Amino acid sequence: MAKEYWRWKEYNWRDEKRDWRDGKVITGGVDVGSVSSQAVIMVDGEIYAFSNMRTGSNSPDSAVNAMNWALEETGISMDDFDFIVGTGYGRVNVPYADKAITEIACHARGGNYMYGPTVRTILDMGGQDCKAILCDERGKVTNFLMNDKCAAGTGRGMEVFADLLNVSIEEVGDLSLDVEEEPPPVSSTCVVFAKSEASQLLRDGWSRSRVLAAYCSAMAHRVFSLLERVGVQKDFAITGGIAKNTGVVSRLEKELGLTALQPRHDTQIAGALGAALFATTLVEKGKGRKKSQTAVTG
Amino acid sequence: MITVGIDAGAKNIKITFLKDGEVIATGISPSGFDQNAASEALMNETLAKVGLTHSDVDVICSTGAGRKVVPGAKHVLTEVSAMARGSLFLRPDVRTVIDVGAEEGRAIRCNEAGKVEDFAVNEKCAAGSGAFTEAMARALEVSLEELGKLSLTSSASVPMNAQCAVFAESEVISLLHASTPKQDIAKAIHDAIASRIMSMCRRVGINPAIMLVGGVARNVGFVQSLRTAMEEEVFVPDNPEFVGSLGAALIAADREVETATA
Amino acid sequence: MKANYGYMDGSGDYFITIDTDKCVECETRACVAACPANLFVIEEDDWDDLVALIAQDKRKSVKYDCAPCKPVTDRPPLPCMAECPFDAIEHSW
Ligand code: SF4
Ligand code: SF4
Repeated sequence: MAKEYWRWKEYNWRDEKRDWRDGKVITGGVDVGSVSSQAVIMVDGEIYAFSNMRTGSNSPDSAVNAMNWALEETGISMDDFDFIVGTGYGRVNVPYADKAITEIACHARGGNYMYGPTVRTILDMGGQDCKAILCDERGKVTNFLMNDKCAAGTGRGMEVFADLLNVSIEEVGDLSLDVEEEPPPVSSTCVVFAKSEASQLLRDGWSRSRVLAAYCSAMAHRVFSLLERVGVQKDFAITGGIAKNTGVVSRLEKELGLTALQPRHDTQIAGALGAALFATTLVEKGKGRKKSQTAVTG
Repeated sequence: MITVGIDAGAKNIKITFLKDGEVIATGISPSGFDQNAASEALMNETLAKVGLTHSDVDVICSTGAGRKVVPGAKHVLTEVSAMARGSLFLRPDVRTVIDVGAEEGRAIRCNEAGKVEDFAVNEKCAAGSGAFTEAMARALEVSLEELGKLSLTSSASVPMNAQCAVFAESEVISLLHASTPKQDIAKAIHDAIASRIMSMCRRVGINPAIMLVGGVARNVGFVQSLRTAMEEEVFVPDNPEFVGSLGAALIAADREVETATA
Repeated sequence: MKANYGYMDGSGDYFITIDTDKCVECETRACVAACPANLFVIEEDDWDDLVALIAQDKRKSVKYDCAPCKPVTDRPPLPCMAECPFDAIEHSW
C-alpha cells in the first residue's frame, strides 16, 4: 500500500434531502489513486452520495469497496446505474466501469463543477505527482502537464523533509510560517541534494521552522514553474494534499499574485466527481446502459 | 618542476603531486562543509607525506565543483579540461571520457590531438550521478562496495520504473518485499544508471577508446552494466578518482612550460 | 488542447507538446514512423479525437530516449517535428 503524505479521513456522505427514485439518470464515477480511492454517485447531474477511502493492495478491490461504501444505505443497487466511468491510476482495473477516462480530463471536469465555470487553472498536488491543468468554461482541458517523474514538488518530497526534521507532515505548513523573516529558498531542486543542503543549514544553527520555510518556498517556486509552463489564468484553484499545507499555498499565492478559490466540496473527490459528470454526459448522448430508457430521458 | 592539482569535488577532495611528469603523491579527504579549509589541510598533509614544503611547489591548479575556493590556485580549470587531460595522459588513444562523480555525470569527446570537441553534463538530478547508487545502497542496507559485487552475481534483468532517486528508493523497498533477490535488485540499479549515462554519451557521440573516470568507476557493478550498455570495452584506470587532479597538475605543468618558452 | 508529456526534474524541463487541435486533422501519422525511439502512439483521447500521444511507459524518460536525436552540437531537425505535416509537435529542450 502506498504511503499517505497528508492527513485525511475516510468517510462517506449522502444527500438526505433528495430521493434518488425521483431522478432519471444515475451515474457513477470512481477514482482509484495510489493512496486513496473515491466513488461518487450522481443523480441527474448533481452529487447524491460519495465515499473516500484508502486504496488497498489491489485496484479492483479498492474500486469495489469504494463504490459499495458510497452506495451504503442509499438503496441504490449496481443495476440502477446508467453509466459508470473509472479514472485515476487504477482506472483500467475498475471491474464495473463502462469506460476509463484519464485523471487529467476528470479532474478538470470535477474542478469546473466544484469551483464553478470561472475556474481556468487547476493545480493538483498529490503524494506522488503534480498536475497543472488549464480548462475552459465547460471544464474541457485546453493545456495540461503532469509531473510524476521527479519527487520535487510532490508530497513525497515534502515527506522526506518532514522525516529529516522529525515533524509530522501536517505540522509542516504552520511551522514554516513561524519565522520572523523569510529565509532564501533551498537552492537545490533535487530532493536528494536539497536534503543535504538542509542538513547543512541545521548544522549552521538554523531552526526547524526556518529550514521548513526555506523548503516550502522552494517548493512553491517549483510548482510556480510548472504552472508557468501551462500559463496561469484566473480563476485559480488548488486541489490535492498540498491544498492543506498553508506554508506552500500562501507562498505560491504570493508568487502568483492570485488567491486560490475555495471549493464547494472536499477536493479529494474532484477526479471521481469529474468521472461521474462524464458518465452523465455520455448518457445524455445516448450511450447509457439502458438505451431505450435514456432515449425517453433525452 | 613540481605542480599540484586539486580536484574539489562535491563529496571528496583529491590531490595529485606531479614532478617532471611523474606522480609523486596523491591524497583524498572528505570535502566537508568548508572546502577551503579541507583543501588546505589536505595540501599540508600531502606535503608532509612527501617531505616537501609549500615553497617547493611551483604551481597549484584547481578543478571540481569547489574549484573557486581552493587556496593558492594559480589556474582554475573546468572538470571537462582536467578530466580529458588526465585520461589522455593515462591512455593516449582515449577519445571518449565518461566521468561519474558523486553529484554529476559527464561525457567528453576528444579528438586525436587530445582537444575537447564536445561534452554533455548531467547535474542537479541525483538520478544520473553517484548519489543515486549511494541512496540505493542505503535502501538495500548494503555498502557501496557490496552493492557493486552483488550486482556481478546476477544475470537477471529486473526493470526499474522510477527515474528519480527518491521514488527508486521506494521501488527498491517494494522489490525487497516482493522477495526479489538482492543481487538482482543491485543489477537493476546499475543497469538503470548505466542506461542514463549511456544516453548522455550518445549526445556527444561515442568513439573508442572509452575511459571511465571519477569515484563511481570504483563500483564494479556499474562498470559491468555500462560495458553491456555501451557494447564496447570501457577502460577504468587504477585510480579513477584522481584523474581530475592529475589532469589539473598536468595542465599546470603544460602552462609553466608554455610561459617559460614564450 | 496542448498536451505536455514529459517532466521537469532538477536538471531541467523535458516536455514534448502535442497540439491535438492540429494533430486531429492528420492522416499521415508520420510521427509514429519517424521516431526511432517509438515514443508516439495514436489513440483516441478523452474527447474521442484520434490523436498522437507519447506512450505511457516513455513519459518519464523522454530526455534519455530523445538523446540520439539531440546531439550537443550541430543538432539536425528532429525527425518527429520534421515529418509532422501540421507542426503539431514541439520540444521544450
Ligand atoms: S531531481 Fe532529484 S528528486 Fe527530481 S528526479 Fe532527480 S533525483 Fe529525483
Ligand atoms: S526527438 Fe527523436 S526520439 Fe525524440 S520524439 Fe522526436 S523523433 Fe522521437
